Amino acid sequence: MAAKRTIRNKAIEEESGSSRRDFIKKSGLLTALALAPPSLVMASENKWDEKIAEYLETVPLSLEVNGVKHTLNIEPRTTLLDLLREQLLLTGTKKGCDHGQCGACTVHVNGTRILSCLSLASMQQNAQVTTIEGLSQGKKLHPMQEAFIKNDGFQCGYCTPGQIMSGIACIKEGHANSREEIREYMSGNICRCGAYHNIVDAITEVKEGGKAL
Amino acid sequence: MKNFQIIRALSSKSAVSSIAKENSAMFIAGGTNLVDLMKKNVVAPDKLIDINGVDLKKIEFLTGKVSIGALAKNSQVAEDKVIKEKYPLLALALAAGASQQIRHMASVGGNMLQRTRCSYFYNTDMPCNKRVPKSGCGAIGGSNRMHAIFGASDSCIAVHPSDMCIALAALEATVLVEGPKGKREIKFTDFHRLPGNTPEKDNTLLEKEIITSIEIPTNNFTKNIHYLKVRDRSSYAFALVSVAVGLDIQNNTIQDARLAMGGVAHKPWRLTEAEEFLKGKTVSEATFKKAADLAMKGARSYGDNDFKLTLGPNAITEALTIAASK
Ligand SMILES: Cc1cc2nc3c(=O)[nH]c(=O)nc-3n(C[C@H](O)[C@H](O)[C@H](O)COP(=O)(O)OP(=O)(O)OC[C@H]3O[C@@H](n4cnc5c(N)ncnc54)[C@H](O)[C@@H]3O)c2cc1C
Ligand code: SF4
Ligand code: FES
Ligand code: FES
Repeated sequence: MAAKRTIRNKAIEEESGSSRRDFIKKSGLLTALALAPPSLVMASENKWDEKIAEYLETVPLSLEVNGVKHTLNIEPRTTLLDLLREQLLLTGTKKGCDHGQCGACTVHVNGTRILSCLSLASMQQNAQVTTIEGLSQGKKLHPMQEAFIKNDGFQCGYCTPGQIMSGIACIKEGHANSREEIREYMSGNICRCGAYHNIVDAITEVKEGGKAL
Repeated sequence: MKNFQIIRALSSKSAVSSIAKENSAMFIAGGTNLVDLMKKNVVAPDKLIDINGVDLKKIEFLTGKVSIGALAKNSQVAEDKVIKEKYPLLALALAAGASQQIRHMASVGGNMLQRTRCSYFYNTDMPCNKRVPKSGCGAIGGSNRMHAIFGASDSCIAVHPSDMCIALAALEATVLVEGPKGKREIKFTDFHRLPGNTPEKDNTLLEKEIITSIEIPTNNFTKNIHYLKVRDRSSYAFALVSVAVGLDIQNNTIQDARLAMGGVAHKPWRLTEAEEFLKGKTVSEATFKKAADLAMKGARSYGDNDFKLTLGPNAITEALTIAASK
């Protein structure tokens, strides 16, 4: 994970050319250390410049994902979606459009369904996040996961984690009282394969099953 | 997205004093519009002031009015039992906007301040007077199917995309704001503005001011109301044209009427002349058609949106008919 993260940071730096981090590296620490050559060698070996620059540009964040507590430092611009996928390696939550237009990134934050692509992780201090990975209990699938399999609620499966997270919330919110209502309140989840009919079947079945979700 | 600093404000006062110190800071509420615009580099603040810790989420029913905090979520307002009963037009308009996930995130203040969905505004490779003053307007003579038919200018023909705001214009809401110079109130219909030759300004909120709440006076528009939204798919799409109707009908006679349109102008478009015409008339198709014709006076289209000249009056007639039949 650490290795992956450094690679990503490098990529960002390269993309933005002379980034603020570069500037800090060049102007601040290195100038100071240039006066003391032996410590410069040590500093670069220990990547202190990198660490200090990172410290200045990141914010601390504590949050709970699927019952596991995480304490991290993140860049304020990190979306909750990128945090989940790239830093916590929970890739079940999908990035479809990254602009709020498809619902593939739907997760629950403090029990409410939201779009993780439009949500800044830095604004989720102490939040409790549930993703698709947090639904099953060991090998036992969540009733909504079972229902999607039974009803063929997907084809390629890309939208499915978002559909399932949204479907559970749709029932909990009390918006699954008719096929029409389900369609309206699931409209924020687009399925390019057009599995809509079976998705509504799956949600209807879970709703009628009356199990606690 | 450019990196930025983020701080959290815990009161409207501290939010205002924090923003007053900065050149390039912005408030962030739900983030559903701002994060999107930052990803596209349409806006690139150095600092965000997260106002979600400010106590502005309450819906309070007071004598003669309801007060709705600027941070109340769109879904919270749309599903509030008393709002549904006493201000059903607002609940309907909110429920017609975006998706449930977005409504759970979106705040009332953020909804009012959401930027246009004109595709040239979103594309930094294109000219757009609203994004870069004096750079030109891509939509005039370009792709303008979603664009305005009322109140546009040679600088900008964009529309305000909100559904909620159309109902608030019809219900004669007031906007309460707070800034470095203190508090003030703005009539809802004066809040958003027409583009003129300064389309970069969407509204009359001053720099460094925060919206704290909106207030809607008690009214009789609880039964014969409708929000009709015509769009490219039946849900989760912005309005091509929308109509908010509130009628107060006694013995088949219209005592009072409110009418506003969305998707047609740079601001929620109140149809006062048609409202006046409706008052005192008996409910009939001919009356509604006449009102729709009056409402369309002065409309002008730009090519791709010519259809709105027909869709507009049809939508008004339909919305009035549905409202009257409830
Ligand atoms: C895919 C998609 C579809 C959508 N469809 C619709 C639709 O059909 N109808 C519709 O009406 N809307 C629609 N929306 C827009 C949505 O309603 C807005 O994005 C939302 O209401 C903005 O609220 P927010 O709290 O997230 O604002 P933010 O994104 O947090 O902020 C928006 C702006 O308001 C400022 N701001 C926020 N709160 C305050 C305050 N209290 N005082 C001063 N400034 C403030 C911010 O600085 C920012 O400039 C859609 C959005 C998406 C992404
Ligand atoms: S219509 Fe307005 S927002 Fe769209 S390109 Fe022209 S100036 Fe920009
Ligand atoms: S990835 Fe978030 S809505 Fe598409
Ligand atoms: S199953 Fe393929 S996108 Fe929905």
